[in-house]
Amino acid sequence: MRERGLPGSVLWSDRGGMILLGMLVIAAVVIPICNLVVPQSSVFHVSTYTVTLLGKYLAFALLAVSLDLVWGYCGILSLGHGAFFALGGYAMGMYLMRQIGDRGVYGNPELPDFMVFLNWEQLPWYWYGFDMFWFAMLMVILVPGVLAGVFGWFAFRSRVTGVYLSIITQALTFALMLAFFRNEMGFGGNNGLTDFKDLLGFDLQADSTRVALFVASVVALALGYLACRLVVCSKMGRLVMAIRDAEDRARFLGYRVEHYKLWIFTFAAILAGIAGALYVPQVGIINPGEFSPLNSIELVLWVAIGGRGTLYGAVVGALVVNFAKTYFTGALPEVWLFALGGLFVLVTMYLPRGIVGLFSVVRVRSRQAEATP
Amino acid sequence: MKAIHQLRSSMRRDRVFDFLVEAPRASARLDTRHGQILYLESVTVSFDGFKALNDLNLYIDDGELRCIIGPNGAGKTTMMDVITGKTRPDAGSVFFGQKLDLTRMSEPEIAQAGIGRKFQKPTVFEHHSVFENLELAMEADKRVWPTLMARLTGEQHDRIVEVAETIGLVQHLGERAGSLSHGQKQWLEIGMLLMQNPRLLLVDEPVAGMTHQEMDLTAELLVSLAGERSVVVVEHDMEFVRNIARNGKVTVLHEGRVLAEGPMSAIQNDPGVIEVYLGG
Repeated sequence: MRERGLPGSVLWSDRGGMILLGMLVIAAVVIPICNLVVPQSSVFHVSTYTVTLLGKYLAFALLAVSLDLVWGYCGILSLGHGAFFALGGYAMGMYLMRQIGDRGVYGNPELPDFMVFLNWEQLPWYWYGFDMFWFAMLMVILVPGVLAGVFGWFAFRSRVTGVYLSIITQALTFALMLAFFRNEMGFGGNNGLTDFKDLLGFDLQADSTRVALFVASVVALALGYLACRLVVCSKMGRLVMAIRDAEDRARFLGYRVEHYKLWIFTFAAILAGIAGALYVPQVGIINPGEFSPLNSIELVLWVAIGGRGTLYGAVVGALVVNFAKTYFTGALPEVWLFALGGLFVLVTMYLPRGIVGLFSVVRVRSRQAEATP
Repeated sequence: MKAIHQLRSSMRRDRVFDFLVEAPRASARLDTRHGQILYLESVTVSFDGFKALNDLNLYIDDGELRCIIGPNGAGKTTMMDVITGKTRPDAGSVFFGQKLDLTRMSEPEIAQAGIGRKFQKPTVFEHHSVFENLELAMEADKRVWPTLMARLTGEQHDRIVEVAETIGLVQHLGERAGSLSHGQKQWLEIGMLLMQNPRLLLVDEPVAGMTHQEMDLTAELLVSLAGERSVVVVEHDMEFVRNIARNGKVTVLHEGRVLAEGPMSAIQNDPGVIEVYLGG
C-alpha cells in the first residue's frame, strides 16, 4: 500500500501539479529578469503590459483553484463564487483609495473623491482602518470568509443542495452587485474604486511594482495550490469527495456533513478573496461589475474546460480561456462569446474531464500498474 | 424548542445531572442494564395521512440477532429511518439503551453513539478504493479538524486489513469500490459498518442480488457478529431468514405494526402471517 497523507507525497503523487509549480517558479524568476534586466530592444524583453496581464491571469487561476476545491472535490456548484473575489478586491481597493490621500481631484486628505462629489461630510464608519495595510489585508480574508461562513451555515444546515444551492449562490452575487451599484452604499457606486496611486508607498505605475505584484501573484497561486493540495490529500479531502459521491453514507458513518461543506466553502471563499486582492492593484479598478453573475458562470467554465477535480486543471483552464479571451476580444470581439460557448460544448462532449483529462488517461494507466503488487 | 427542552430537563430536581459527570465515549455511555439495547414504543409515522408506522412496539435485546420480515410497504425501511434519525416519528419514543433518546439526536450523533446502518441499495464510495472506504468508516474522532490532521497508525492499518479479511476483500484493497461486483459491494458496506464498531447493526436486505454461495457466507458473517453486537436484519428472502434466525426471534411487520413475533417455526404456522403472506 502506498504511503499517503505525508507532506512529501502530497506532491509526488501529483505530476500535473509538480509541472505546474515548476513552471510557476521558472516564470517567477525569468519574467522579472526579462522585464527589468533585458533591454527593450531585445526580442527577449517582456513588456510591463504583458507582465501585468500575466499577473491578472494568475489571480484568476487562484480563483479557479478555489472554485475547483468546492465544486470538483466537494460537489458544491457555486454560481456566485465571484462575489468572494470581488469582496476581496473591494477590501484591497478601499486601502488603495485611502492611500491616494490629498492627491485626488478634490484634494481632500480624508475623503475619496466620490464621497466629496456626493457632498459627504465624513468617512463612513466601515471605511475606518482601511488606511492601514494590515487591517485591509485582514479584511481581505475576513469579509469573504465571514460571508461564506454565515451563508454556508444556513444553506448547508438546511441541507440545500444541487441546483437550489447554485441558484441561491447566484442570487447572493446578484444581490451584492445591486447593492454595490448604489451610491449610498459608499463604495463608489457604478464607477467603483479607481485612480489608485500607490501600494505600501510604491508607485503602482512603476515597472518594479508591477513585477513585484506579478511575483506576489505567483507566490499566492503556488501557496494556494499547495494548501488546497494538502486539504485534498488529507483524510478530510477523501471524506469531502465521499460526501460529493454519497452524502447520506457519510452522514450515517457519523460525519457532520454540513460542517465539512462549510469549512471547504469558507476556505475557498478566503482564497477567492486573496485572488481578488491581487487582481485589483494590477488592473487598477474594482467596480460592481465584478459581482456580475456572468463572471461567476464564466469562472465555472474555466474550471470545466480545464478539468475539474484536479486543481491544476483549474489553473490550465483559467489561463487558456483568458489568453483566448484577450486574443479574441482584441482581434475578433464579436466572435468571443461564440468561441467560449463552442469551446465549452466541445469540451463537454469530447473531453468530459477537461483539457487535462487528455493527459491523465496516461497517468491512470500507470497508477493501475503501480497498484497491482 | 431544543433550548426550552434542555432548560426544563435541567430544572428537575429529582435526579443526578448527566452534564455534571464527565461524559465517556459515546459507545461506552450506552446503558444496557436491563438487557435491552433498543426500545421502540408506540411509534407512529405518517406521510400525508398514510401511516407508514402505526403504533409500533419493538424491543431488541443486547447481543441479539433479530430478523424482521414483512411484505412491501410494511414499514421496514421507515422503521430503520426512525432509528437512525432520518425520519422523526410523529408520536412515540425511541431509546437506545436506557438513556439515549434517538428522537432528539441527529444522524451523525446516532451513528457515533453506536448504531450502524447498511442501506437497501448498497451504498459505498464508488470513486474511492476499498481501503479508503474502510478508512473513512473507521471509528475515530469525526470532527473537521481531527479529520484534517488524521494520520493512519499501524494499528488502524492492521484493523482495516483485518476487516477486509473478514469480508473477503483483502485481495481488492487497492481497487476502486465502483468496480466491485454487487455482492462485494454489499460486503464492503457491511465491512464499513464493522469499522465503525457499532453496538447495533441495522442491515437492510443484505443478500439482494447475491448468489447462493455468497448468501451462505453472508449468513455466516451476520451470525458471527451477533453476541457482542446486536444485529437487526431486514430481509425478503425467507430461506435466508430461516437460515440465520435459527432459534432466535423473528418479527413480522404488517401495515406499520408488529403482526407476530417469535421463533421461525411458530411464525410459519401463525394464521395471521399465513394470511398476509399467502394472500387472504
